[in-house]
Amino acid sequence: MVQLDGLSFSYPDGRKALDNISLTIREGEKVALVGPNGAGKSTLLLHLNGILRGHGEIKVMGMPIGDGNLGLIRSQVGLVFQHPDDQLFSPTVFEDVAFGPLHMDLDEGEVRRRVAWALAQVGMEGFEERMPHHLSLGEKKRIAIATVLAMQPAILALDEPSGELDPRSRRALIRLLELLPQTLLVATHDMRLVDELATRTVVLDGGRIVADGPTTDILGNVTLLDRHGLEPP
Amino acid sequence: MSHIQVLDLYQDEDSLIHRQDPRVKLVITLAVIVAVTALPRGAWVSYLSCLLYVAVVGALSRVQPKLILKRSLVAIPFALAALTLIFTIDGTPLASLRLGDWSLSVTSEGTVAFVSILIKSWLSVMAATLLVTTTTFPSLVAATRWLRVPKVIVSVISFMYRYIFVIADEALRLFRAREARSANPGGKPAGSIRWRARVLGGMIGSLFIRSYERSERIYAAMLSRGFDGEVRTLRIQELGPLDALTIGAFFVFLAAVLVLS
Repeated sequence: MVQLDGLSFSYPDGRKALDNISLTIREGEKVALVGPNGAGKSTLLLHLNGILRGHGEIKVMGMPIGDGNLGLIRSQVGLVFQHPDDQLFSPTVFEDVAFGPLHMDLDEGEVRRRVAWALAQVGMEGFEERMPHHLSLGEKKRIAIATVLAMQPAILALDEPSGELDPRSRRALIRLLELLPQTLLVATHDMRLVDELATRTVVLDGGRIVADGPTTDILGNVTLLDRHGLEPP
Repeated sequence: MSHIQVLDLYQDEDSLIHRQDPRVKLVITLAVIVAVTALPRGAWVSYLSCLLYVAVVGALSRVQPKLILKRSLVAIPFALAALTLIFTIDGTPLASLRLGDWSLSVTSEGTVAFVSILIKSWLSVMAATLLVTTTTFPSLVAATRWLRVPKVIVSVISFMYRYIFVIADEALRLFRAREARSANPGGKPAGSIRWRARVLGGMIGSLFIRSYERSERIYAAMLSRGFDGEVRTLRIQELGPLDALTIGAFFVFLAAVLVLS
């Protein structure tokens, strides 16, 4: 599904964010990407749909990312940003969820169907005419996911989906993510979410992959977690 | 998290005016403002007709008149710029003011001109206030798009509306953080004015940088969802015959008001 081969990336100020990352994610896998602050998790996610372009090869569904297929790649890799205020940029919820489908050149009927479907998926029916700044953080996070689901991507990449949420909203969000059929890559610090959701965990530190294996093995290895600033759930 | 509410002028209500198509309201309001601006000085009957329009629409909208009046007062300070007209327009003097060698005389023509400007700007602002009080901002944005306002301008307006609250909240948090650390046991404000100005400058700068960084993240979010430089929106429906009739009726009314003057 996603294949990274020797991916490296440095920010313009010279700071190395990703260092020779190789990673393969198979269809239907739910993978957690964990690591301390500044480990490069968000930077890695931004490479999956070609927002950032580092050195090395990235293949999505067998296609190497290039200038010619960015539109196609972006419709297949749904990126959910950490702060919903960045993701929800339209005056109303409807316009925001319709943004992706409209830019995929779908016809009006299909756009409306997709918006209704995506909002139903995240349990936010009836919020179409609401304005984002009047919503709670939990509601915003769900709608941010809907904006991407409306594009019906094959892969979902989420950055800190449970961050700053109260326990109830967090629980509802984990249940939602469990039910989604997409291949999932979740960057997070929330080790309980990792435990419940992910079958496989990748530990990133200093821009390198330092561990990759079944979640139970990784979370059971307290020394490893401790060494990379993480703690078991 | 607390929010700043002052910027949200819309008052939710179920009334004939609220239910009107936003495009009808926008076109009529713009026409009213243009007509009022075009009215000559001292056309009291026409002013009264426009006031009648504001009163009827206001009553139908079920918005508290006090609210509209309060909001419309923002126009008055700007209209005061016309105060000099009282003295500068030649005509029948009403009173004179002697300042040494100078003499200022208040003329009746000048007074009429000033009062007319005051009333006209007040009427225009009231019409606009009624519009934004009874119409949600997103539907107003859609209406401007229907009026063929360039897409870039419509986008700028809609982003501004979306993020002004976010930025205002950020500013609020910055000010709170300063408050929290501005303990002055002596009771007097601490530090020199210069120092405090520097702190404020730093805060404004940091607000600017945060907004700039946010704009980059928003742009990345837009790109992620297939944005390619062209803003696409759903096709807007045609106006219904009843809506066209409403607009027509108001145009006739405004034409009559203009002719009357």
